[in-house]
Amino acid sequence: MDLDFTPEEEAFREEVRAFLAQKLPTRLSDKVRKGIRLTKADMEEWHAILNERGWLAPHWPQEYGGTNWSVMQKFIFETENALAHAPRVVPFGTSMLAPVLIKYGSKEQCEHYLPRILDGADWWCQGYSEPGAGSDLASLKTQAVREGDHYIVNGQKTWTTLGQYADWIFCLVRTSNEGKRQEGISFLLIDMTTPGIEVRPIKLLDGDHEVNEVFFTDVKVPVANLVGEENKGWTYAKYLLTYERTGIAGVGGAMAALARLKEVSKTAQRNGKPISEDPLFAARLAKLEIDMENMKTTNLRVLDAAGRGVPTAESSMLKIRGTEIRQEINDLMVRAAGRYAQPFVSEAMDEGFNGEPIGPEWAGPVASQYFNNRKLSIFGGSNEVQREIITKAILEL
Amino acid sequence: MDFSIGEDRQMLVDTLSRFLADKFPWDVRAASLESDEGFSREMWSELAELGVLGALFSESVGGFGGSPFDAGAVFGEVGKGLALGPFLGTLIGGKALELAGEEDALSNVISGESILTFADAAAVNADGSVSAPVQAAKAGDDWLLTGSKGVVEYLGSADQVVVIANDAEGEAAFLLDLKTGGAQVQDYKLVDGGAAGELQLDSAEAKRLERVGAEEIAAIRALGLVATCWESVAVMDVLKDTTLDYLRTRKQFGIPIGKFQALQHRMATVALEIEQARSAAINAAARFDEDAALRDKFCSAAKYTCGSVGRLTAEEAIQMHGGIGMTWELPLSHYAKRLTMLGQIMGDEDEHLSRYIASSQAA
Repeated sequence: MDLDFTPEEEAFREEVRAFLAQKLPTRLSDKVRKGIRLTKADMEEWHAILNERGWLAPHWPQEYGGTNWSVMQKFIFETENALAHAPRVVPFGTSMLAPVLIKYGSKEQCEHYLPRILDGADWWCQGYSEPGAGSDLASLKTQAVREGDHYIVNGQKTWTTLGQYADWIFCLVRTSNEGKRQEGISFLLIDMTTPGIEVRPIKLLDGDHEVNEVFFTDVKVPVANLVGEENKGWTYAKYLLTYERTGIAGVGGAMAALARLKEVSKTAQRNGKPISEDPLFAARLAKLEIDMENMKTTNLRVLDAAGRGVPTAESSMLKIRGTEIRQEINDLMVRAAGRYAQPFVSEAMDEGFNGEPIGPEWAGPVASQYFNNRKLSIFGGSNEVQREIITKAILEL
Repeated sequence: MDFSIGEDRQMLVDTLSRFLADKFPWDVRAASLESDEGFSREMWSELAELGVLGALFSESVGGFGGSPFDAGAVFGEVGKGLALGPFLGTLIGGKALELAGEEDALSNVISGESILTFADAAAVNADGSVSAPVQAAKAGDDWLLTGSKGVVEYLGSADQVVVIANDAEGEAAFLLDLKTGGAQVQDYKLVDGGAAGELQLDSAEAKRLERVGAEEIAAIRALGLVATCWESVAVMDVLKDTTLDYLRTRKQFGIPIGKFQALQHRMATVALEIEQARSAAINAAARFDEDAALRDKFCSAAKYTCGSVGRLTAEEAIQMHGGIGMTWELPLSHYAKRLTMLGQIMGDEDEHLSRYIASSQAA
């Protein structure tokens, strides 16, 4: 057994680090590190820098502008990006729609949409969840009725992340009420400028506008915008969910966040001593760190198996533990801030804020981040849904 | 990166696995449990013949392995088969002999002719006080040991014991022949099978193991931790598989109890935690040759993880089996006991968490 990366992989890591050192604007990495809000322009700026290097969608086939990286290379790339506090690539186009188009879409669809994802012409959002269809996604009701060369779409999607920026939405819609619920769902691409679409913001508990409701009233969608076959959309949606996700554990992000927590815990005080020396805090921090070292190796074991073509459903375990670790880090940051978790100066989380900081300079966003990251165990298949997947796919109960 | 244990080790694992399945079925184990010594000497000799004991030591001293992964591979099978015998004493005591260059004594251990064990932790007295560390005093060319050690594995069956004692400079290791005078043994059975004993030394003559000082003692303890963690993970796997089988077949309310979500989600958590424990055990073996502080940190991380996951796994396995999980008759209860007690060996999860914290704060 050998847990070290190969010399080639280490050389690749150096290449990624050199690129990040040279090309990642300090303005962006500072914002990510300090928890300052990223604007649409910030995200697009970073996408363009990655695209220039050919690294915006490394997991795509080379013919569409991807790389030929191994799973380990992808893992290294994602980890180094997170450690350098690079903004996360918005996943809707590159990681969610594109793999479905490449596997199930037509050649025309791939040739039309994929370049537009890379050059930033189209911002995509995801139309999956509905008010009545969350974990039970197959109960979705948004309807698409065929009329000549068009579908007429009526219904409502929700939790649409960054939908306020989107030019297009990929939707799961109901095209049949016959037979099994899963067999009446289709995968449809919809232009957000089509008449009859309304986007309404949902303000979240941290005060931010991150997600939306999207309403469809008699929206005309060309039949050419159907991906694959009618009523086969569930298969495509599931493919998307099981699509090889080397970053699902969020190792890089968690490592960066843990480093910040440890730094902060040396200055934050409890009972007149650094909080890192408080026995209860120190025990939680140590457990967290141990859990994370274990998860790093679990993650590598899963990647190693995936790299050798052994299919694994263990990504559900990584999703659960990875999100638990992130949430524990968030909680310990709040503990470290003590009373100063409470002051809430929303403008301080925007770029260019010139006001006086209140309390420790790092404490401003910790409560917001804690509340915002409660989403981690809910989205992407809640951690309870992941336990269902483990039950069926791994435990075979 | 490579997560396979390698062809040679796989062969060893397969051989040992077959041997234990053939020669150590449940009724044979039950007989060993009842025996005075708590293990079968016949089986021990056969294990030695198979080369299982030799796999724990390096080629330079007549073995053919000796790495933490070799120890892990052997102890994994010991855990899976719930084998009884002085495996840990052989590993740790033998490693001390290896480091000291005591090839003759070690070759008798590897061949199974001599039973060796390892006495480290101090005895605890009736009033709860911990006895003073064993003291080593020089008398001419000899060393005399005085003091007591507690819960020394298979002490009653051992021919020799490696004793950790303090001389003027600190901790040192000594080889004691139990037939010599000055050593008193009180032996007893263990709750999870096997035997151990209290060792009382009153000017007992012993041989100092040269070249085994504080650093080497730390290293052999670390190796014992790696082995214990790999054994723990293997026992967890058995408990998980056994419990899953039970969940699939046991019916209540007209359906297999594994169809109930309350149990499914708990089993999913157990399975997830076991993978974390496996990673921790791998980390401890893989980082063994790094500097001592890092090695000990990963060993403590692994022992903490295996301790806490072990308790979860054992308790959940019994709970999900219900009343039948409480019975002596079912192998499950013996695996659960073993796993729980592995958590107590060489420092429990709390102690290792404390050590981990101390080393983090020192860094």
